[in-house]
Amino acid sequence: MNWNSWSEFFHMGGYALYVWGSYAVTAALVVGEILLLRARRNNALKMALRTVKYGKVEKDEGNDESTI
Amino acid sequence: MNSINWYKYSSPATFYSLAGKMIPWFYGAAALLCLVGLYIGFFLAPTDFQQSEAYRIIFIHVPASWMSMFIYVVMAVWAAIGLAFNTRLSFMMASALAPTGAMLTFVALWTGALWGKPTWGAWWVWDARLTSELILFFLYIGFMALQAAIDDPRRADRAGALIALVGVVNVPIIYFSVRWWNTLHQGASVSVTKAPSMASIMLAGMLVMAFAVWMYAIAAALSRARSIILERERNSQWVAQLLEAKV
Repeated sequence: MNWNSWSEFFHMGGYALYVWGSYAVTAALVVGEILLLRARRNNALKMALRTVKYGKVEKDEGNDESTI
Repeated sequence: MNSINWYKYSSPATFYSLAGKMIPWFYGAAALLCLVGLYIGFFLAPTDFQQSEAYRIIFIHVPASWMSMFIYVVMAVWAAIGLAFNTRLSFMMASALAPTGAMLTFVALWTGALWGKPTWGAWWVWDARLTSELILFFLYIGFMALQAAIDDPRRADRAGALIALVGVVNVPIIYFSVRWWNTLHQGASVSVTKAPSMASIMLAGMLVMAFAVWMYAIAAALSRARSIILERERNSQWVAQLLEAKV
């Protein structure tokens, strides 16, 4: 085992900013991407359902991940 | 002999339901591998005698960098298949991969900067490895921007495919940059031709994390591809049939 205590673990031998800065931003980006994917899917489903209900829809509206 | 009808899977309708079943498994595998990889990386792998704990950035830096290059190659292959056979699903796969590839390229650059500062004393240097990885990031962004700027999806597909194919020459440049030029970035720690120059437990953590990122990238790309299919094919018969139950 490398760490004698949690505070030692979080301290990362003095490199906490660099190590946790790397992991935190990566985690945030992954979670962010998953949320964007979910929003895009919900929007695509909504638009598709509307098309099935009311017939052909020409133009997409907003909340499309690809337009950000 | 059983022959699989591969053409069946190139139809968006078949792909849509197949991908829907596969996505949870890829997410699950990614989460599991990530837990195992982080456990190895933080609790089993020892402190590095030169870099102390700063080296633990490797467990995301290297997997993200590998996947950033690999995803671009896969994207270029889908683009080439799309151009050659005019299969719309291939173009959709290329588009679905780009944002995930861009995200991982950013992760590679970001974690590289946070690793460079304590070990080299600089967040950024204009060396060949770093510069070519930055170009990769711009290629992904360029691909997405171009596709978003063109309204007609078929023209957007072709224009994007062209960027993907032209840009793919950058991937071997990134990979071999540490050999071709004198770079501050170190050479490859792991290669096919020689034994890895790192402790095997560190290597194990890195490889497990690489598989985790791989599985995640597949899940994300499949999920995005399904949305693209719905967006583009919502006027088709099969989408109507699929959604009829929900109307």
